[in-house]
Amino acid sequence: MEIFIIQVLNSIFYASILFLIAAGLSLIYGVMQIINMAHGSLYALGAFVTAWVIGKAVALGSVALLFLLLPAGALAVAAAGLVIEPLLLRPLYKRPEEYQLLVTFGLLLIIEDVIRFLFGGTPLSADPLIDAMGSIPVMTLIYPAYNLLVIAIGILAVILLWAFIYRTKFGVMLRATSQDRRMASALGLNVKKVYIQAFAIGCFMAGLGGAIVVPSQAAVLGMGIDALILAFVVVVIGGLGSLEGALVGALLVSFVRTAGIQFFPEVELAALYIIAAVVLLIRPTGIFGKA
Amino acid sequence: MTLLRTVNLRKYFGDTHAVDNVNFTVAEGEFLSLVGSNGAGKTTLVNLISAFLHPDAGQILLDEKDITFSSVNDRVKSGIARSFQLVNLFDDLSAFDNVALAIFSREGKTQNLLALADHDSDVTLEADDLLHQFGLHDKQSITAGGLAQGERKLLDVAVAYALRPRLLFLDEPTSGVSTRDKLQIMDTISSVVRSGNVTAVVIEHDMDVVFKYSDRIVAMHEGTIFADGTPEEIRKNEEVATKLLGTARPG
Amino acid sequence: MTPRMPTRKTSPWRLAAFAAPVVLALLIVPAVFSPYQTQLLTYGLVFAIAALGFNLLLGYTGLLSFGHSAYFGLGAYTAAFMVRYLGVQSMELYILGGLIVTVLVSAVFGYICVRHTRIFFAILTLALSQVLWTLAYKFFWVTGGTDGIRIPFASLTLAAGLIDFTGRAVYQKFISFYYYYVLAFFLFSTAAMWVIVHSPFGKALQAIRDNEIRAEFLGVRVRRYRWLAFLVSGTFTGLAGTLWVPLNGLVTPDIVYWPFSGEIVFMSVLGGFRNFTGPIVGAVAFNFLKTYAIASTEYWQMALGIVLVVLVLALPAGLVGALRRGIARLRRKEEGAAPELRDDEQGAAQ
Repeated sequence: MEIFIIQVLNSIFYASILFLIAAGLSLIYGVMQIINMAHGSLYALGAFVTAWVIGKAVALGSVALLFLLLPAGALAVAAAGLVIEPLLLRPLYKRPEEYQLLVTFGLLLIIEDVIRFLFGGTPLSADPLIDAMGSIPVMTLIYPAYNLLVIAIGILAVILLWAFIYRTKFGVMLRATSQDRRMASALGLNVKKVYIQAFAIGCFMAGLGGAIVVPSQAAVLGMGIDALILAFVVVVIGGLGSLEGALVGALLVSFVRTAGIQFFPEVELAALYIIAAVVLLIRPTGIFGKA
Repeated sequence: MTLLRTVNLRKYFGDTHAVDNVNFTVAEGEFLSLVGSNGAGKTTLVNLISAFLHPDAGQILLDEKDITFSSVNDRVKSGIARSFQLVNLFDDLSAFDNVALAIFSREGKTQNLLALADHDSDVTLEADDLLHQFGLHDKQSITAGGLAQGERKLLDVAVAYALRPRLLFLDEPTSGVSTRDKLQIMDTISSVVRSGNVTAVVIEHDMDVVFKYSDRIVAMHEGTIFADGTPEEIRKNEEVATKLLGTARPG
Repeated sequence: MTPRMPTRKTSPWRLAAFAAPVVLALLIVPAVFSPYQTQLLTYGLVFAIAALGFNLLLGYTGLLSFGHSAYFGLGAYTAAFMVRYLGVQSMELYILGGLIVTVLVSAVFGYICVRHTRIFFAILTLALSQVLWTLAYKFFWVTGGTDGIRIPFASLTLAAGLIDFTGRAVYQKFISFYYYYVLAFFLFSTAAMWVIVHSPFGKALQAIRDNEIRAEFLGVRVRRYRWLAFLVSGTFTGLAGTLWVPLNGLVTPDIVYWPFSGEIVFMSVLGGFRNFTGPIVGAVAFNFLKTYAIASTEYWQMALGIVLVVLVLALPAGLVGALRRGIARLRRKEEGAAPELRDDEQGAAQ
């Protein structure tokens, strides 16, 4: 029984991370119609930056400081996004979307090596944070309290994001631009500004996903490549461009994955890809997606 | 001899009755103009007959055979071809290849993987000939995207015509073309189509063109046909003048 | 109407005249260059076959597949399984086996994928190739997992057993003989693909690429032709995968993993996917580029990434496209004609 509870908690934990990555990917696609192949690598970058920063700050002794530094990765990646969009993406908006796929694939290659260059090839972790929060008892077993923090952050992210997109003025601009770029521009919206901000927010979310996962799971080379594929599966199932879709998709993928690892470890990954393929066949826009 | 007729054909888009119980007939060999103000339903009617859309109710009969729900492919195979209002060509292929493709498709040769297209002399001779008829022969190597607007309109018609259809629908073949070129283009289209004994239905706004080239004129308004007759009859029809031009036309 | 003679005709003989010096140069490579460089070029030719196949879909049909590693991998693993489980040594049998498997799987995958276009097509191809990757990765007792399956060239036979690699100084012998073997397949594949894209079928594909609605209204069954293109495309790439096996000596899940699909795309874009020879030039160039980058720097991925980004931003028509533009511009200067179109407005794949 307690194993079941732990698995459920693990699933929700994992879903929180996946949601952040996938929602960021979806947001970027929804507003800009760009599939950011480098999105997973940005997630990895966020993880590495946070792990590194925390690693350096441990010497200062203050645990509270470490917690404050947790979002460092997210901020760094958002800053990177502010540079990437005007430099690499803006020249391609008028071109067929295949070119955008290619440029972001190139970006993926670059970021993977930037990570290697900056942080070396060995995994980086941020154990102090997980140790600091201790564990809570789940019947006869124990579970890291940090993971619950991650779940809380995930839930907060869902709420904040929803509020942001549906309740703020900027959210209205985002939605208008995503629905009809030319119309929005004709109405006086500064589309360029909306684009760069949307991209930065999407990057922030990917970076945040990496930042909060790293105390739990060390940052390793190649984590971005693996994460991207999973994020794709999530948005395919949930619907590209949809916030609810990213949430539902993340939960679904997470639970299937946990169940798979528990009972059918060989086919756990294959099952996910097959589900994605089936969804693409039956309902290509995903559960919540728009055409 | 009626080639095609529709029976109470209907297509609604929500509250808009785009095509409202239309009984449209085309006789074999005639050159018919379909006229009406914007939104009258002309293009929708053609879309229904060419299988671009499926009707909500009613029937479409070709040679008295029901083709109402047949696929685009079946309809093309039964001899219905069309051009589009906005020029719709293969912009990165040459004018020659555009026409040749239609011929290959007609002859069922498009599944040939291992034969060179340019070496099929039957097809190339016919494509050559058609391009001559449409006055595009010296432009044959230029990509469709690189032609002038008037030439593109002609090529668009030539490609549909190359299917040697029994019934050819041309959706505004002279729109977007300068007035001087309009008549020249219609001259070419009309003479080629008639010499090929192809039944043609042309959607057209320019009434000068309509009166000059048509055997018969069908006028639509708000989804229904309200006038149908020879150019002389239509010219005298005051309802046509009012509905199409907004004012009574002198003489 | 008296029929008039058509004014242009693609002449295979004229083409042969252009190709002859290139073929000649290729023929003397093992005599002129070191075994290492010969082997490098062999890899390049193998990837050229893969890219040729890939580009039938992208350049000619307008479909970007991000899952072609699947077919390459199928071609490779079929050969590997035939070695490990059937003890087969004949290269021809590997090729036959690889072709059969690749045709079957491309047919199935293609049927699934061509129901969609553009982004969804790309993602679908990616998802399906990943299914294959997870099988290769997870079922390690069958596939050797990340350790892979070894195929030593010493036990290989070419030309129905006439050529083998037992005895002394076999490495040199292998490099030379295998180069010519791959070259033969390369020339054959190039010729075959050339005919295919210049056939009525090829024209139909290009029409579908340019305007699928009009193509449908001309009686071209769009979905069926996309499927056929997919089938042919996957088969060419599968052949490349099989030919790759003796060169590499080891088959691991890495060649099914999706970044390799990205490399295949990269090759075509590098050379220019709107030109027939683009993917060939791109594959050979990419292979040299990657090898050189790996040898020069630890951060070769970044080097490749930068090249790709610069390529897309500055040279969208790829190397061959840029070359043709340069030649056209020179010609125009001589004739004093009007300014030309941008790279991405250039005319059809020839």
